[in-house]
Amino acid sequence: MIGHILFFSLAAVLLGAAIGVITSRNPVFSAMFLVLAFFISAGLWLLLEAEFLAIVLVLVYVGAVMVLFLFVVMMLDINLAKLREGFARYAPVGVVLSLVIVALLANVFWFRAQDTPLMLTPELRSADVSNTRELGSVLYTEHVYAFELAAVILLVAIVAAITLTMRRRPGLKAQNVARQVAVRRQDRVRLVKMDADKE
Amino acid sequence: MEALLNALPGWTLLPETVQTVGVIVAQIVPILIALTLCVAYLTYAERKVIGYIQNRIGPNRVGYKGLLQPFADVLKLMLKEVVVPTNSNRFLFVIAPLLAIIPAFATWAVIPFTDSFVLADINAGLLYVLALTSVGVYGVILAGWASNSKYAFLGAMRSAAQIVAYEIAMGFALVGVLMAAGSLNLSEIVRAQAGGTLMSWFWLPLLPLFVVYFISGIAETNRAPFDVAEGESEIVAGFHVEYSGMAFAVFFLAEYANMILISALTALFFLGGWLSPFAGLPVLGDTFLAESGFFWFALKTALFLFCFLWFRATFPRYRYDQIMRLGWKVFIPVTIIWIFVLGGMVYLEIGPWAR
Amino acid sequence: MSSMTRSFFKTYFLWELLQGLRLTFRNLWVRKFTVAYPEEKTPQSPRFRGLHALRRYANGEERCIACKLCEAVCPALAITIESATGPDGTRRTSRYDIDLFKCIYCGFCEEACPVDAIVETRIHEYHMERRGENIMSKDKLLAVGDRYEAMIAADKAADARYR
Repeated sequence: MIGHILFFSLAAVLLGAAIGVITSRNPVFSAMFLVLAFFISAGLWLLLEAEFLAIVLVLVYVGAVMVLFLFVVMMLDINLAKLREGFARYAPVGVVLSLVIVALLANVFWFRAQDTPLMLTPELRSADVSNTRELGSVLYTEHVYAFELAAVILLVAIVAAITLTMRRRPGLKAQNVARQVAVRRQDRVRLVKMDADKE
Repeated sequence: MEALLNALPGWTLLPETVQTVGVIVAQIVPILIALTLCVAYLTYAERKVIGYIQNRIGPNRVGYKGLLQPFADVLKLMLKEVVVPTNSNRFLFVIAPLLAIIPAFATWAVIPFTDSFVLADINAGLLYVLALTSVGVYGVILAGWASNSKYAFLGAMRSAAQIVAYEIAMGFALVGVLMAAGSLNLSEIVRAQAGGTLMSWFWLPLLPLFVVYFISGIAETNRAPFDVAEGESEIVAGFHVEYSGMAFAVFFLAEYANMILISALTALFFLGGWLSPFAGLPVLGDTFLAESGFFWFALKTALFLFCFLWFRATFPRYRYDQIMRLGWKVFIPVTIIWIFVLGGMVYLEIGPWAR
Repeated sequence: MSSMTRSFFKTYFLWELLQGLRLTFRNLWVRKFTVAYPEEKTPQSPRFRGLHALRRYANGEERCIACKLCEAVCPALAITIESATGPDGTRRTSRYDIDLFKCIYCGFCEEACPVDAIVETRIHEYHMERRGENIMSKDKLLAVGDRYEAMIAADKAADARYR
């Protein structure tokens, strides 16, 4: 009972937040609605006893990705009027795209999963069953190749992203901190002894 | 706590759900009050310690030795007007301090104070801590943006970049703790350090991670020498320039609650939480010094809090680009290398993995 | 080689930071210099230049002869003097005002005075609450002088051998 109330209220807020993401005039508000949506989805996952996934969702998406999103969005000076200019021209494409997505979702929900209940009620397990341990054992045994492959792809992406920013800029005056720290008195100061000048 | 509530007349007649919620609330409230008092006296301790280091004596006027100073400060801040700047985003401006303080307090749900007393003994406690500490940055970012002030905005940008950078080093340092303890549950992590004197705690095999974790913690809380987000000589007061009165006080509260949190976590992860450093020493026998308990946890937390204040009084503020360099180019490689070393230690069964 | 290993250890064991921490930790225990002001006070020199006063001779006669040397020497133009002939035919001031807001407490008036009439006392704890109270009129100056004559005389005597 309480589970159902929680599920439907969370789902309602989630839908509201998702609508807020696309209807907000201010991109910062859109980003904040997205943060709210992530939090609510984490709550839904908690209802399904997937606490590892829920917390990791908050940790990765809310704690890191959305911070960077906000970082960029806040620095942009967005001119909404200019963004709206091409609306009529691109609207058909958007409509077609959204129809395709609606069709896909309908396919999933109506034709493939007709006998699945609307809300899955997982069988309750005792509190000491560690979700994390289960996930880990599955990831490193059954799905180890897919997991390693994903890791390698991510690594390549990281290397690529870093290489993109590693362009040489001539005339850039950067400090070499290691050399600054390693410097000793002898390298900079020379004591010169000389006789006083006589006129 | 439950026994106390059961003694209330009519308590047992209430529905079971209400009783469960009541027990939890009855545990939350004392923790929150104690935490708020700790924050109040941490501000006092900070002024005293920094004063003594600078050959002054700090606040000594309000009450005996100035002990009522925090209450005087709170009273002053409560009576002040909260000014909302023009053209600022009113909703976000008001909500930002709350976003800063909620994670700072919510994290205490999973902190085990003693072997038996913890509010929520959840399996993924460590992940929960990481997730909530990373959410705290929203308060700072939104405060900076909603204030409609250049300085506040600069402070927010600095703090966002800084916290994302140090979050990673912190996470990697905790990976080492996980490898050593074999559990995400905070109580289990402390229990894994038991069985011996302070040499069996994790600080020794994880020494680089311990140092990295604590320094990243300082950076994460925006404390000196990593306080570029509020560097008063460059950007006035950073993200909270426009805040006054109670709204400012809430930011202040969040910052100090975070300091206590980081200290408590460092004590739990690396210094064996509530374990006594003298356990098993024959000289002490059965005295309270040999027993583990809340006393030791509080003492270790206080030690790290003193380090926070000590560092603030000692080191000049880092330059912003050097903070970034330290986070990305020093701490992250150090932690990754040490995780590989730990892997070797696990494989060869030395240190905490000896059987 | 040895210098390289040394610099390696210095870098990775945060040697210089630890040195800094040791310094501040030592200062934690150093005796504090703070003076709890209203209860404790720092010792004052007899030459301290505080609130002004006009002195009298022992027989009650005003010392000031309205020579206006102090007015002339005052770098801040804080002193205003008008002179008149007194009832006994001597030259006296009919007005002697010092504007405390203009005064920079340089002590030139005291130095310039040929009869030691205007002096700066050791009083430094005074305040004004209303507009106009910053003007020290002749009556107020004489009142200060009368009240603190013992202290002023003692300070002058202590300082006399250095003049």
